[in-house]
Amino acid sequence: MEHWLELDGLGLTEGDVRIVENVTLKIGCSSTAILGPNGAGKSTLLRLMHGLLHSSAGRIAWPRPLRQAMVFQRPIMLRATVLANIEYGLRLRGHPSAEQRRRALAALDRVGLPELALRQARRCSGGEQQRIALARAWALEPQVLFLDEPTASLDPASSREVERIIHEIVAAGTKIVMTTHNLGQARRLAEEVVYLEGGRLLEQTPVADFFTLPQTLAARDFIREEVG
Amino acid sequence: MQDVAASLALGAQLVAAGDARLLAIIALSLEVSVTATLFSCFLGMPIGSVLSVGRFAGRRTLIVLFNGFMGLPPVVVGLIVYLLLSRAGPLGRFGLLFTPTAMVIAQTVLVTPIIAALTRQVIEGEWREHREQLRSLGASRLRAGRTLLWNARFSLTTTALAGFGRAIAEVGTVMIVGGNIDGVTRVMTTTIALETSKGDLPLALALGAILIAIVLAINAAAYAFKQWAERRWG
Repeated sequence: MEHWLELDGLGLTEGDVRIVENVTLKIGCSSTAILGPNGAGKSTLLRLMHGLLHSSAGRIAWPRPLRQAMVFQRPIMLRATVLANIEYGLRLRGHPSAEQRRRALAALDRVGLPELALRQARRCSGGEQQRIALARAWALEPQVLFLDEPTASLDPASSREVERIIHEIVAAGTKIVMTTHNLGQARRLAEEVVYLEGGRLLEQTPVADFFTLPQTLAARDFIREEVG
Repeated sequence: MQDVAASLALGAQLVAAGDARLLAIIALSLEVSVTATLFSCFLGMPIGSVLSVGRFAGRRTLIVLFNGFMGLPPVVVGLIVYLLLSRAGPLGRFGLLFTPTAMVIAQTVLVTPIIAALTRQVIEGEWREHREQLRSLGASRLRAGRTLLWNARFSLTTTALAGFGRAIAEVGTVMIVGGNIDGVTRVMTTTIALETSKGDLPLALALGAILIAIVLAINAAAYAFKQWAERRWG
């Protein structure tokens, strides 16, 4: 499989704390889940990949440039309508306004919220806002979508809906890299698992193998504790 | 005490009668301070925004400077603007000294740092919340600053108001650069100062009461507006 993202000895140190340490990794599949306990550096690694943080060591290589977008754990909306929030990203990328409107409406349709177009985004529920955030990212037609704990602050029904949307985004050909606490979610959405602990990469394993035959003891303990 | 009561009664009469001299003074006060506040917002809000989202050498120094300038003594600002506008000064040939324009300039100098410093605080909070999302969407810092100014528009009404409150209530700059000329540059605060020193309390008290009423009314309106906006926009 052709790799579309390569990390080589990637590290991030803040003060004396090594948040991410010497991560070397090639990502080639279409959906990757980053797993690990709290404080493992999952979100930081995701931000380094997306370019929101700058590494203090190593390098990131994109063999060919890919359009990226990211969805965060907590959706952040501007004080404007839902439609305006989705159009904003398109406007930043210089799309003409008619196309902004068309794409934003289509994205809103795909996340199942066309009736919210003219509502104030910050007045929508948390679950709705996360779906709007997905629409905002999707409207940009990213080739890679980063998702940071996309369902961590949602109720089960909203989580299911968000998973359905992520599934569709993958089916439509967008590659995803997501962090999650939810092992079931990783199993449902990901092809491979990247397991981190203490900022270090412990293993990168196809998802089926990870849950049945994790390569490291740490990962086995993690799965046992999470499953309970 | 009786003097005060009598003066207040006289003041109320002046207001009730719609005394032309009184109304002219109030109108000029509002005109000067509203104009100065508008200029200050126009200058200070972008400055505040750049100070919060920008990344450049000297940013911290500027923040400390603007915070400090929030407490500029009006008489000193008046003095400096006086020197700039006086005949011998660099802007003397425009003949602006002792005109309402000079008062607007002086109050703008006084209020701009207040608007800039308060805006910086507001936008810094916005930036903390929106930073990652805006950068992920591809917004440059400058663009993000513009977006956040618009996003914080309701909080910034309070900022503008704080600036207006400072402008309408100060006496030092308008006294020095305006000269308190009857019918030309006399505003509420300079009239209060003059009439009090002359011992003519009714006019001073009437103006004082009106000044307070105006400030209260504008603040109340802004508060109501902000509440309404927050319910509407979240």
